[in-house]
Amino acid sequence: MLSLTCPCCGITAEETEFAPGGEAHLKRFGPGSSDEAFEGYLFARKNPKGVHFERWRHAYGCGKWFLAARCTATLEVFGTYPAQTTQPPAELIAKIKAKRPEWEGWA
Amino acid sequence: MSTRLAKGGRLIDRAKPLNFTFNGKPMRGFAGDTLASALLGAGQVMVGRSFKYHRPRGIVASGAEEPNALVGLGRNARFEPDQRTTTTELFEGAETRSQNHWPSLDFDIGEINDRLYKFFPAGFYYKTFMAPRAAWKHLFEPIIRKSAGLGGVPKEADPDRYEQAYAHCDVLVAGGGVAGLAAALREGRAGKRVWLVEQSAHWGGRTPVDDGQIDGVEAEDWIAAALEELESLANVTMRTRFMAAGLYDHGYVIGYESVADATPGDGRPRHRLWRIRAGLTITATGAIERPLAFAGNDVPGVMLASAVRDYIVNWAVSPGDRTVIVTNNDDAYRTALALLDAGLTVPTIVDAREETHGALPQEVKARGVRVLEGRGIARVLGRSRVTGVEICAQAGEGGAVETIACDCVAMSGGWSPVVHLWSHCGGKLIWDEPRAMFRPDPSRPPTGADGAAMATVAGAANGDLTLAETMAGFGIGACSHDEAALAPVWMMPAGATDALRYKAFLDFQNDVKVSDVQLAAREGYTSVEHTKRYTTLGMATDQGKLSNINGLAVLSDALGQPIPATGTTTFRPPYTPISLGAITGEARGDLFQPLRRTPIQSWHEAQGAHWEPVGHWRRPYCYPRKGESHSDAVGREITNTRKNVGMLDASTLGKIVVKGPDAGRFLDMLYTNMMSTLPVGKCRYGLMCNENGFLMDDGVVARLSEDMWLCHTTSGGADRIHGWMEDWLQCEWWDWKVYVANLTEQFAQIAVVGPKARALLERLGGMDVSKEALPFMHWAEGKLGDFDARIFRISFSGELSYEIAVPASQGLALWETLMAEGEALGVMPYGTEALHVMRAEKGFIMIGDETDGTVIPQDLGLSWAISKKKADFLGKRAQERSHMTDPNRWKLVGLETLDGSVIPDGSHAPAEGYNANGQRNTQGRVTSTYYSPTIGKGIALGLVLNGPDRMGEVIEFTGEGETQIKARIVETCFYDKEGEKQDV
Ligand SMILES: [Zn+2]
Repeated sequence: MLSLTCPCCGITAEETEFAPGGEAHLKRFGPGSSDEAFEGYLFARKNPKGVHFERWRHAYGCGKWFLAARCTATLEVFGTYPAQTTQPPAELIAKIKAKRPEWEGWA
Repeated sequence: MSTRLAKGGRLIDRAKPLNFTFNGKPMRGFAGDTLASALLGAGQVMVGRSFKYHRPRGIVASGAEEPNALVGLGRNARFEPDQRTTTTELFEGAETRSQNHWPSLDFDIGEINDRLYKFFPAGFYYKTFMAPRAAWKHLFEPIIRKSAGLGGVPKEADPDRYEQAYAHCDVLVAGGGVAGLAAALREGRAGKRVWLVEQSAHWGGRTPVDDGQIDGVEAEDWIAAALEELESLANVTMRTRFMAAGLYDHGYVIGYESVADATPGDGRPRHRLWRIRAGLTITATGAIERPLAFAGNDVPGVMLASAVRDYIVNWAVSPGDRTVIVTNNDDAYRTALALLDAGLTVPTIVDAREETHGALPQEVKARGVRVLEGRGIARVLGRSRVTGVEICAQAGEGGAVETIACDCVAMSGGWSPVVHLWSHCGGKLIWDEPRAMFRPDPSRPPTGADGAAMATVAGAANGDLTLAETMAGFGIGACSHDEAALAPVWMMPAGATDALRYKAFLDFQNDVKVSDVQLAAREGYTSVEHTKRYTTLGMATDQGKLSNINGLAVLSDALGQPIPATGTTTFRPPYTPISLGAITGEARGDLFQPLRRTPIQSWHEAQGAHWEPVGHWRRPYCYPRKGESHSDAVGREITNTRKNVGMLDASTLGKIVVKGPDAGRFLDMLYTNMMSTLPVGKCRYGLMCNENGFLMDDGVVARLSEDMWLCHTTSGGADRIHGWMEDWLQCEWWDWKVYVANLTEQFAQIAVVGPKARALLERLGGMDVSKEALPFMHWAEGKLGDFDARIFRISFSGELSYEIAVPASQGLALWETLMAEGEALGVMPYGTEALHVMRAEKGFIMIGDETDGTVIPQDLGLSWAISKKKADFLGKRAQERSHMTDPNRWKLVGLETLDGSVIPDGSHAPAEGYNANGQRNTQGRVTSTYYSPTIGKGIALGLVLNGPDRMGEVIEFTGEGETQIKARIVETCFYDKEGEKQDV
């Protein structure tokens, strides 16, 4: 069972206090978008063995969504940050890069 | 014959004798005994039969690794099978029963399996049950079911109580031997919050049984001093009878505490399950001695060498008068010293090594014990009890050179570190060639949330088998006998014949022999994980604690590869089985699941309502009267509602307030239709789709003020839809100024439905509920009688209908007032089934019936509720996809059976021909189907190919069994098609 820190209320809690929400930083494609773009938005998901950015909700706490950078293989949590952003904070990316030089980076 | 010695026994209290029974026979032990030591002390060597061959089996070990000595313990509701006698403490009145035999332990029919061993090779089940198919059902399955399982199952509910608890610490030390004590001292002195846990009832591990000095004093004195200091440290918590069962993600440890096992029914919880968050776990879990694989190594009286000396030193129990020791290492010679000190006979030590020059062998030889070098045991003599051993050359094929009479064999194949906790969450092992063991690889530990090691290892668990090595890890001086190197022995003798290998057991509990593993290798099972499953090696309740290393060494040999190339199987928690009661904790009976109650629930209960679960709610399905069937009650409730007036507790309906300057814009994105244009004071039915275009919820939206809307959702969907709204507001449109609040439980809601509904409300007085003041699809606020009411003119039944929302605290009083005032009008409550039938009669859809996650609103004739004007809403892009606009999508229609019967739920309409999978083609399916008391026949809603274009056509649906039911395709609305009744 993971333990995660909610960046909104600052609490570190058990995984059972949170609800997972899949991949973070998806860009929504609506009416007028191409079939390919819409398919990518709706269905295509990264499934890396390694660094992954994902959505979590502090469902049984403050109720806020937040984002986490986590290694899917070792479960290391590099950091959590508020959901109101379209990309991970630069300092988090730098921190991951320092720990995992082989990581291809966020894109 | 095993017996109790007259003197000694460091763990027993001879002043406190305890009575117990074994298979009904009265026996006596002492406080401090385990069931195993008490049984041995009472002379009971054979304690059960093996699972597959029903061979007689005795106690092998003295701890958690015991594979054989499992018994049924207790009686009736407190009966529990498979209790490990070596770790179960004896208590007064304990009733124990042996397992796996019929009719008795001494005479057993199933023993015939042992004579037929050649017909039960590895993979027997897989091979036998390949074919034919019918044989499985009629022959194999009944036999397997009868003989499957280890021990019996209690037939009554568990009367005991179980608890769960949480703990947080900086350091968890797993294991209370000298390594664990030293680790806890080091961490405790440094001011860390420490939990020190030990699975047995005693501190100190096995060091007090073996020899040695620590820090210049006898080991037992050092242990006593360490305990005294630890107990004085406020930051150290110490628990015995507490197993660290598993290490999981991010330093999460499951602890299993035995609280009242030895005092059944004393009111305390029997077990406690702990969820511990540890910053660091130090695994000081010790090591387990390995058996040797020789023919007859499972005959009662063959035991681990360490267990033999444990029984002598700890419990003053002699496993036998004449004990032959067979070993490949020096440590087993300690057992000879313990036997000699107890005045027992060691006729011979059989050492597989060519030379024995270590300090321990020298000391034993000096006491006059004969040591045979380069020798092994060819076979054990005796069946239900050891009577002797045949000695052979270890290098040979097993030709006997000598027979030695004995009644006990103490075997030692070396030691394996207990690496379970280390391995559970990803810690890796390395093969230590000189010591012939897998031990934790310090460079590849399990890692935690920060990516750093979350476990370290100390003492024998790290492969530091001598006291000096263990204490050196803590910078503490210690000394014991120096030990010479062991010689790995995986099969005895090295060239054992087929006949011997057929009786050389690796896994005692699952009856897996050397020959089985070799057969698996020959048949192509080269992966250790496959071999495990094919032979069942290590799959018994002991999870291979004794067998795994020997088994994979035999497999490696058969495959001609080194042991590390074969690797180990996966170590999975828990370390030893934990009770289902502990896992369940308090979550049973009424506490199994929380129940959501409406403010009117007590009234329904008093009426004897028949319930329907809806999410965590329980809603009245119907209110049967005395002697009335449920279907009759539903019919009565519908007819009365349509003729007079009915009342429904609609409090479970989701009620979400959406407020803010951007609330209208937000709702326009959420709903398929336009909500921003809804005038204040009016209601509008709306649909919500997911981004895949599929219909996910529906309900009536009311605009409460210029910037505030109230969204009704389905009863089961309130929390999900509230979460859905929060998700979009927090993660996509976070700059929109909108707040949402789920007020579902803040309001009670009562539907007053039927032609006399208005008359009923008017009897309460207060606000004007006339058609003019409160028209259909409007809402109004005011006083209804004494109640603070918000009344919605909405209808899910087609009748004149008022849904009255009041603060939850007023709900029950309003319900009772309406019931009392309505008596003269013939008011009756109605339940969810009447609600369902009435909505189906009107052709209204129900989320979960007409929708299943693949249905779009267009399928249901709801295109009128999809805005053409809006540039965007959730699901709009998806509904533009070619498959969504395909004219061949099945569409919703009404169905009327020709013979008046009711089409079964889930029924399909077959079409001509078969598909590529050989399945009958279909042209439609039923989504809702009821008997309509209003129409007087079976009606249904269903999705049918080109349905709306086929009005009047008769198609067939599958009925019960092979029957077909003819139904006519009609409009979805069966009742009051013009909608006049609801708009009066
Ligand atoms: Zn939070």
